[in-house]
Amino acid sequence: MQNTSLQFRNQVTIKLADARLQDALSRLQSRFVEGRSAVISEIADLEEARTAAATIRDRVINNLEHWLVHFEQQATACGAIVHWAETGADVNRIVAGIAAQHGVKTAAKSKSMVSEECGLNDALELAGVKVMETDLGEYILQLAKEAPSHIVAPVVHKNKEEISDLFAEKHHLPRKTGIAELCREAREVLRPAFLNADMGISGANFLVAETGSALIVTNEGNGRLVTTLPRVHVAITGIEKVVPTLEDVTTLLRLLPRSATGQSITNYVSVLTGKKNAEDHDGPEHFHIILLDNGRSSLVGSEMQEMLRCIRCGACMNHCPVYQNIGGHAYGWVYPGPMGSILTPLLGGIEKSPDLPNASTFCGACAAVCPVKIPLPDLLRKLREKQLQRGMKSWQETFLLKVWAWLALHPTIYAIATRIGVRLIRMMGGKEKLLHTLPGAGGWTDGRDFPAPSGKTFRELHKRGAGQ
Amino acid sequence: MNAREKILSKIRSAQTQSSAPVTSAHLAQHPRGPLPPAPTDLVACFKERALKLSSDVLETHSRAEVPTLLARYLRGKNLPVSGVCWPSLAGLPWSAAGLDMPSRPAKNSDLVGVTGAFCAIAETGTLMMLSGPDTPATTSLLPETHVAVLDPRRIVATMEDAWDLLRKEFKQPPRAVNFISGPSRTADIEQTVTLGAHGPYRVLLILASL
Repeated sequence: MQNTSLQFRNQVTIKLADARLQDALSRLQSRFVEGRSAVISEIADLEEARTAAATIRDRVINNLEHWLVHFEQQATACGAIVHWAETGADVNRIVAGIAAQHGVKTAAKSKSMVSEECGLNDALELAGVKVMETDLGEYILQLAKEAPSHIVAPVVHKNKEEISDLFAEKHHLPRKTGIAELCREAREVLRPAFLNADMGISGANFLVAETGSALIVTNEGNGRLVTTLPRVHVAITGIEKVVPTLEDVTTLLRLLPRSATGQSITNYVSVLTGKKNAEDHDGPEHFHIILLDNGRSSLVGSEMQEMLRCIRCGACMNHCPVYQNIGGHAYGWVYPGPMGSILTPLLGGIEKSPDLPNASTFCGACAAVCPVKIPLPDLLRKLREKQLQRGMKSWQETFLLKVWAWLALHPTIYAIATRIGVRLIRMMGGKEKLLHTLPGAGGWTDGRDFPAPSGKTFRELHKRGAGQ
Repeated sequence: MNAREKILSKIRSAQTQSSAPVTSAHLAQHPRGPLPPAPTDLVACFKERALKLSSDVLETHSRAEVPTLLARYLRGKNLPVSGVCWPSLAGLPWSAAGLDMPSRPAKNSDLVGVTGAFCAIAETGTLMMLSGPDTPATTSLLPETHVAVLDPRRIVATMEDAWDLLRKEFKQPPRAVNFISGPSRTADIEQTVTLGAHGPYRVLLILASL
């Protein structure tokens, strides 16, 4: 998928003015934020569970080479074929090669954000393979030729009227209006796609090193269908998704669906190990697992390594006041919200996403809900530092930061400057004690007034307090 | 250098730790993480959680009663009385209860699929199914109604207990381990939960003591 995050500011203006999107985003908040909070309390000691989950992820990433090699050995011993891909284009080439090798004409696909990174569907169409998305949300997006706007609920930006119109147009059937009827229609249209597909394509939420298995969590059952019926199954995932043991993955599974959709467990958890045995009636004859790097290895051992803990639950975006107001498309790539504001610049190039690390109020909600304790605001702050070091900030911002740094190193002058500053702003606030405009910060005061300070600095107040 | 070598060497040069013994010790011990408090009554806990996830639950003290219970359930819901079952259930008196349940893997046209289960998990009201020649995965997947006949003594507390049971009874996992927790569902349209997405519309659990 092409990275268009350079357009972030323009996109934000458009998305804020989009009434239908704003309505859709309010639904997300009530369902996912409240849903999470209702079931997360089932875990007796949430802090203990989050720490255990973070420890499991760190154990893997601190020793990633060993765990990857162990996974590969186990998976291969069970009859899977493991492929390694440096870039998204490599994934596309490998999948097209597997398709050609097995004479694949049609593929049924369950939701995979990694395949979105690669732009796999377009590449396979070019290679003559017809790809059908089967996750309801992804299927709707494929019909509408749109990108997902959320990693768990990809079509959150559309309402049911839009989907009714789309189905009526594309299915040539009488227009349905109820959500259950729309789901039934999609089921009936897609069932033949599962039955006739030569190849099933899925992601993998986790790879279990102990058993060489790919694990998928789904609710619709399409993940089970695409990994059971077609004669070839290709699972595509990132190299960081390895987890040591079945017990470790179970600890993570207690947190993933609760954090993502507010479910204690997803309807289906499938642990797939190797290919169909000779006596089996079902299962793929060929099982390929593709491990994608696409920049992930450059985070290992770096100050951004904690980002590799991410298990893609989407809780950070659900709780983010920025995402809640602009939706996922504005971020310009596969991953939106706080995790996307970090991953997009790290995987796609810091220069290509100058606004994303700054699209945060640092309120800290994302870090508070993250099931694997990724310090998301800290990582965003580190990216801002990198931007400054690389001269990506405007001269005004750079100059002001230099002045600030100099003042902070000279406490006496700092005290004098702030005393003058707060008195000046106090005066500007007048009787109303509000500033309607701030020189140099017009963008901030466009939408709200700036409350004038009391006219005393913190140090003055502290000194007075200490004297009492 | 191929892609595998390039990726692994990049990781190797950046990695802080590199210790194979630590890896194998962790694998050998496979320690458990924090666990939920153990339920006092596994069966009651399983039933409560299963109902919460929109499964239906019936109980009987005799396996021979299963067909009668199922026939009543299907007729009560105006559902078809024919389907398929796993070979292990072929001996139940299906036709005496007016049901047509041949033992074979499910096809797309089959509307009821009757299976057993490897075990079940009380913590979440979940079935654990293992794929195999006598336990086809399609039977719990293609039909609109999935019926699982379960021995209540095979209900364990947690998924960790289920893994231990698997390790005890099999050397390695089968091609597919499927955990099933209620009917398939989607909330993709307006975040409204709708039962019956691509898998079954309903799941009936029949707890039948042997």
